[in-house]
Amino acid sequence: MHRLHQSLLAALVLLFSTSAAWAIDVKAAVLRIDYPTLLPISRYDLPPDDLGFAGAALADEDNGTTGGFLGHTYETKTMAVPPEGADAAMAEILSSGIKLVVVQARQDDLLRLTDQAADAGALVFNARAADISLRDEACRGNLLHTAPSHAMMADAVAQFAVWKKWTKWLLISGSNPQDVALSDAFRKSAQKFGAKITEDRMFEDTGGSRRTDSGHVLVQRQLPAFTQGADDHDVVITADETDYFARFMSFHLWTPRPVMGSGGLVPTTFHGAHEAWGATQYQTRFEALTGRYAMPEDYNVWLALRVVGEAVTRANTAAPDGVRDYAISDSFELAAFKGQKVTFRDWNGQLRQPILLYDGRITVSVSPQEGFLHQTSPLDTMGLDRPESRCDAFQ
Amino acid sequence: MKSLFLSTALAALIAGPALAGKAFISNERGNTITVLNTDTWEVETEFFAGNRPRGITASPDGKVIYVCASDDNLVRVFDAETYEELPSLPSGPDPELFILEPSGKRLYIANEDDNLVTVTDTETRMILAEVPVGVEPEGMGMSPDAKFVVNTSETTNMAHFISTEDYKIKHNILVDQRPRYAHYTADGSRLFVTSEIGGTVTVMDIAEDGAPTVVGKISFEVAGVQPEWLQPVGARVTSDGKRLFVALGPANRVAVVDAQSLEVLDYILVGQRVWQLDFTPDEQFLLTTNGNSNDITVIDVAKEKAIKSVQVGQQPWGVVTID
Repeated sequence: MHRLHQSLLAALVLLFSTSAAWAIDVKAAVLRIDYPTLLPISRYDLPPDDLGFAGAALADEDNGTTGGFLGHTYETKTMAVPPEGADAAMAEILSSGIKLVVVQARQDDLLRLTDQAADAGALVFNARAADISLRDEACRGNLLHTAPSHAMMADAVAQFAVWKKWTKWLLISGSNPQDVALSDAFRKSAQKFGAKITEDRMFEDTGGSRRTDSGHVLVQRQLPAFTQGADDHDVVITADETDYFARFMSFHLWTPRPVMGSGGLVPTTFHGAHEAWGATQYQTRFEALTGRYAMPEDYNVWLALRVVGEAVTRANTAAPDGVRDYAISDSFELAAFKGQKVTFRDWNGQLRQPILLYDGRITVSVSPQEGFLHQTSPLDTMGLDRPESRCDAFQ
Repeated sequence: MKSLFLSTALAALIAGPALAGKAFISNERGNTITVLNTDTWEVETEFFAGNRPRGITASPDGKVIYVCASDDNLVRVFDAETYEELPSLPSGPDPELFILEPSGKRLYIANEDDNLVTVTDTETRMILAEVPVGVEPEGMGMSPDAKFVVNTSETTNMAHFISTEDYKIKHNILVDQRPRYAHYTADGSRLFVTSEIGGTVTVMDIAEDGAPTVVGKISFEVAGVQPEWLQPVGARVTSDGKRLFVALGPANRVAVVDAQSLEVLDYILVGQRVWQLDFTPDEQFLLTTNGNSNDITVIDVAKEKAIKSVQVGQQPWGVVTID
């Protein structure tokens, strides 16, 4: 009996002296809504079946390797559903006791699912929706964003254009609501960084024949005519979230100019050719695991689950509130193959991160650009800064 | 024929510049090693070193140079005098950095892609062990008594203390983001671990039995340089344990730190994207590899001043010096 007492005491002492040794089994989920959409302009942009899920698999491996030294395990459930099945899927995830959910969905669905999760005390990570209002008046206290906003993307492009002294812009916007939302972000960016939109045009989405055998013939005739007679400009900025015209623009303008935005030089969080800052290792691990190149959605999901991993490793918590509080605290930092730590904005839950400018093959540049200064972090020159955001869910 | 060969070899031995020290610099992008005369600071030659050569070290007698040929998945071996290639060593996939134990027998290699440290026997050229570590192992340090090898994992963010007796991890210490390098003082009482993205150096005191205790953290600050660019990578400490030099990557500076009080004393401006460091054997000079300006900077250790820069190959990564 005496001996038993002693060993119990010893075990207790061990437990309290090495708090990091508490075993935690971390369960998370990735919920993806697959929307009925037209095919992308380029076959290279076809979404793979495991879009985003592959990033979760890599995150589980990365977190699990670290967890192996600390007694933590990681398991992530993945679900892909049509829009009408989203609420039931979220209910299923929550009822299984999972309180950390990464969502790949559009704004309206994301907000509804986030509120559903809030009722169960769960934390949601947005890995897809770029809408600015999600970081502004429509923000939620249980919603963190690893996906960058339209504002961050537009600012990344704008800074590069201004750095190049290409300050006269021809802005061409698509006609669908999400295209218009992106074009608004570019207008704000122009104003923010001192570029001038010399001409603002809308390219109507009338349905196209781009993938037919003679599609390129029409494109080649229509686009030069459409861009004819624009006021003097250095660069063409395209806002085409729908992906129906911007990819064609580069070689079909009336006046030869560089194209940026949704076509030409495109802002992105990640791409399969990114190599700087140790990213090669991310790519080789990802490719060995999944057999394909990484896409931005994979990276966004990976980031979300790595945030969870950091909270578990350093703050010893997998509780939704604990993860959130640690993520937006000053102690949080994460290396994410972007040359500097990424952190969260504590006013709206947005992850600060450098944005890559990608030409479809290589990283051409990375924003923020040199010379764009900020009193807190140069990363806060992109997206909604503290005084600009109307979000009060984090106060 | 045989005697002719012998006498030629003898002549080479007599005429050879036996007294001149040399530095070997691995050029990651150029796939070469640059040989630098450390008396005249002239480049002697540059030779093919395999694909993506990074970590580089020398045998204790200075006769053999080992280099991690990352994209060849092996350690290439060269004669330090003739630069002839000798039989390679197996390394496991994607070797990045390694450390040779003081006896020169066992080489401990970080396999960046496979979360392993591979232990290779340099004599039998056999793999002795594979030790699973954290994600993206990189930095490798060895205690002067050769009882522990310390590996840092860049994505797990730990320093793993591996016993060289049974190849088991005895201690794991969390450090700041993306730890790059681990370096003991010559008396083994202190260990410095650099964290590139965290922007810090974690300082540990090492007990008699090799157990680490974190005792401090060094941060850096340079007027006019964004804090994001102060990224500690390579490090070296003088053998008297008084001065720590830390390469700060894209900040293009080497920090001079009082290794006892941990106070940062000065920043020496060097070339662009300064990566790894090595002292000359007499510790009179410190050489830095500058990956973006394709040169090395020579620092006078006593004066703590940069005295010279020398153009080398494409994207210099690592450096090792011999007598």
